[in-house]
Amino acid sequence: MTTLQDLATPITPNFCPGCGNFGIWAAFKNAAVKAGWDNHNTVFTAGIGCHGHMVNFVKLTSFEGLHGRAIPVASGMKFANHALNVFVFTGDGDCLGEGGNHFIHACRRNHNITILLHNNSIYGLTTGQTSPATYKGQKTKSTPDGNPDEPFLVSHLAVAAGATFVARGFTGDIAGLTDLMIAANNHQGLSVVEILQPCVTFNKECSPSFYMENTYKLPEDYDPENKALALAKAIEWGPKQIPLGIIYRQNRPVAESEFPQIAENTLISKEASVRDISELFTKQH
Amino acid sequence: MDQSISYSLKIGGQAGQGVKSAGLVFSKIAVRSGYNIFNYVEYPSLIKGGHNVIQTIFSEDVVNSPVQSVNFLIALDLATIKIHQPELVNQAGIVYEEEANYDLGDLSTKTRLFPIPLKKIAKESGAPEIASNYVAMGATVSLLGAEFALLKDLIAEDLAGKDISLIEANQKAAETGFNYAEEKFAFGFEHILQKRDVVSPKMVINGNEAIAFAAISAGLQFASIYPMSPVSNVMHVLAANQRKYGYIFKQAEDEISAINMSIGASFAGARSMTSTSGGGFCLMTEGYGLAGMTETPLVIIEGMRAGPATGMPTWSEQGDLRFILHSHQGEFPRIVLAAGDPKEAFYLTQEAFNLADKYQTPVVVITDKNICDSEQSYEDFDYSNYRIDRGQTTTVIDSEYKRYQITQSGVSPRSFPGFGNHFIGNSDEHTEFGYDTETISDRNAQMEKRLKKLDLCAKEDMAAPEIFGPADADITLVSWGSTKGGVLEALKRHPNVNYVHVKWLSPFPVGPLKEILERAKYLIAVEASSTSQLAGLIREKTGVDILDKLLKNDGRPFFPEEISDRITSVLTSK
Ligand SMILES: Cc1ncc(C[n+]2csc(CCOP(=O)(O)OP(=O)(O)O)c2C)c(N)n1
Ligand code: SF4
Repeated sequence: MTTLQDLATPITPNFCPGCGNFGIWAAFKNAAVKAGWDNHNTVFTAGIGCHGHMVNFVKLTSFEGLHGRAIPVASGMKFANHALNVFVFTGDGDCLGEGGNHFIHACRRNHNITILLHNNSIYGLTTGQTSPATYKGQKTKSTPDGNPDEPFLVSHLAVAAGATFVARGFTGDIAGLTDLMIAANNHQGLSVVEILQPCVTFNKECSPSFYMENTYKLPEDYDPENKALALAKAIEWGPKQIPLGIIYRQNRPVAESEFPQIAENTLISKEASVRDISELFTKQH
Repeated sequence: MDQSISYSLKIGGQAGQGVKSAGLVFSKIAVRSGYNIFNYVEYPSLIKGGHNVIQTIFSEDVVNSPVQSVNFLIALDLATIKIHQPELVNQAGIVYEEEANYDLGDLSTKTRLFPIPLKKIAKESGAPEIASNYVAMGATVSLLGAEFALLKDLIAEDLAGKDISLIEANQKAAETGFNYAEEKFAFGFEHILQKRDVVSPKMVINGNEAIAFAAISAGLQFASIYPMSPVSNVMHVLAANQRKYGYIFKQAEDEISAINMSIGASFAGARSMTSTSGGGFCLMTEGYGLAGMTETPLVIIEGMRAGPATGMPTWSEQGDLRFILHSHQGEFPRIVLAAGDPKEAFYLTQEAFNLADKYQTPVVVITDKNICDSEQSYEDFDYSNYRIDRGQTTTVIDSEYKRYQITQSGVSPRSFPGFGNHFIGNSDEHTEFGYDTETISDRNAQMEKRLKKLDLCAKEDMAAPEIFGPADADITLVSWGSTKGGVLEALKRHPNVNYVHVKWLSPFPVGPLKEILERAKYLIAVEASSTSQLAGLIREKTGVDILDKLLKNDGRPFFPEEISDRITSVLTSK
């Protein structure tokens, strides 16, 4: 059993007042309490950006690595100990700019990990440059004349790249986000939760009220197992037209299941020991 | 056969003609006949076409390097004869395709020619044209006086898993080639490959295989690698054996991912490694420092090739030394070792795993193309004394557990995720618990803690450079890595010369090396580098300036002949 108390660290979150990251922080802790994630069963990695500071605010074992590289670190952890719940906290810059290659390949390979993608459509920590998810035409510090590039639509990219669970949540709906995080972790395979996260300091266009007004929840009868429909839903973006909820779900063998050597036990359950390789030597004779 | 005499046989042809497999088979015939071998391959970065060549040097004595001269040439195409003609010794033997009607000029007086209808014999034996290489091998076995049964067995081993009729057709082709030479050219060449009275079983093994074997024997649990010449074979061996031995090998989407996956696995408790060449290491430098900062054990194999950029993918250089010693921003402890041959690569790789765990930092083992791809013959490596040292770890649950605890040695006990302790592996500067910090006291304490691990390593583990040859010599050669091979061969010809072989690059054996160098009468640095990086490092660390340098950077190994020439010219001018 995990309590909110168990998850508290001595460090107070230093996100700007009103930042969407507070919502992600709260939802993740709530999910941990609800699902019983603790230091016996859970580990997470984080990228570099405001989102990456999460390692300081949640008392679960974590690894804050390099900008863009949180996914491969998490994949390696999962191979080593697939009994763990493995989460990745990453940003739109971290995950789609510097880490874009890792993201698409992780989706394709279907590692059994959960990616929580803080999408604020801006580079927050570096004080407001354009990101791969910034709207075309938007003025940022690095595009004062307007962003000349088309953005990625995160969920669409994830479905197309082969992720087997893709959902979109919003930091203004902590309860809904909590449930999505739990569902994502319960899913066997690579899960992406795209979290619409207002950066109140550097992205005035994607404000909390903008998302309040323009998001809607996918209806009960929406079928997330239909890939063509999922791709169509994931590409939907516009006034009153940003769907929230589970966009896509598919059953496919996870990356770790391709290795019979860990079918019974985790890789690290057996201590590293000196191996007799006389057979290999003999083959060279 | 005089014990010290060595013979060199070269097989050349186009890529796709089975040059390399014929060479491997030949070298195993030599080893199974009681000789030592060294195989040296040259090939372009192509799969079909282009000139491929493999040279086997064999001797009753240990063979350490390729040589420039050739005693026996098997030419699967005309280009082989043209290209390698200058290397042939007087009265060298040449086996070649009779039907091609090559114009060989005056070669018939300078060499002994053995034209054989290779393709015709292959075809009549019901084998595909590529079996010409075995026809030539059969004839060669006859000419050199070796046992045909050895070749027959080796063909079956080489083609193991293939259709039995194909194997038999290849064996028949080889046998017909053998009989053809027996009849037509009986005693046409010296029987230098007669089976010796005592034959002890030996491996024919290259550096990549030795490294993969070392990792498997040392308890490897996880490896992630991206392909790159000349080290890809490390991954091939690891991939083929993972189910049998129970570790995981995963090919990553790029080298950045490879090193980060390995770091993640190591953080979670798995004994981990990655492997690459210089270009891939460029991409890994980011992860290299991450392992140092987060104190995550990791073994990295760096098999150098000729750079910069894509350079010459299948050729060698010792140009990455400074790069490996300095790459990544800031300062962190790195252990850097360099192997001089497959055997050293084996033992250093085993040791690297223990060092990585003991000091919780990245350990690089450097090789180069001339080690990666070159086979040598050895008795099975004896590692009965090898013990796994996972360093300081803890499974005690402690609510005040400090992953980066300040300790006397700089090493703090590792805990693993899932065991119950909370901690953070952090690439940001961190407190003892792993939380972000930017205070002066935390920064100073953690920097000092990390860096002093290297001092401890120097005290407890670092080995002094090895000296080959007499303690008191007229000339002392200094080098590292695969250059060792050519130097040792040259030393056979110069009893008054010795060689200092540097294996530890970081930490660096300043004291012992300085003493050796200051005692030396005349120093020559030998390096496959245009800027003599080792000599520069030695000067920086010991103050000893090695003025005479024998350098090359053409992708080729140092041949004993060129080292010997330099020694002779120094000795005569003195
Ligand atoms: C290799 C490297 N390049 C650049 C940076 C600088 N940098 C830090 S965070 C960041 C962008 C962060 O954007 P995002 O991932 O969207 O995170 P956010 O701050 O918005 O949460 C950049 C460019 C870095 N730390 N490392
Ligand atoms: S800069 Fe933006 S993303 Fe970063 S903490 Fe402030 S509001 Fe949040």
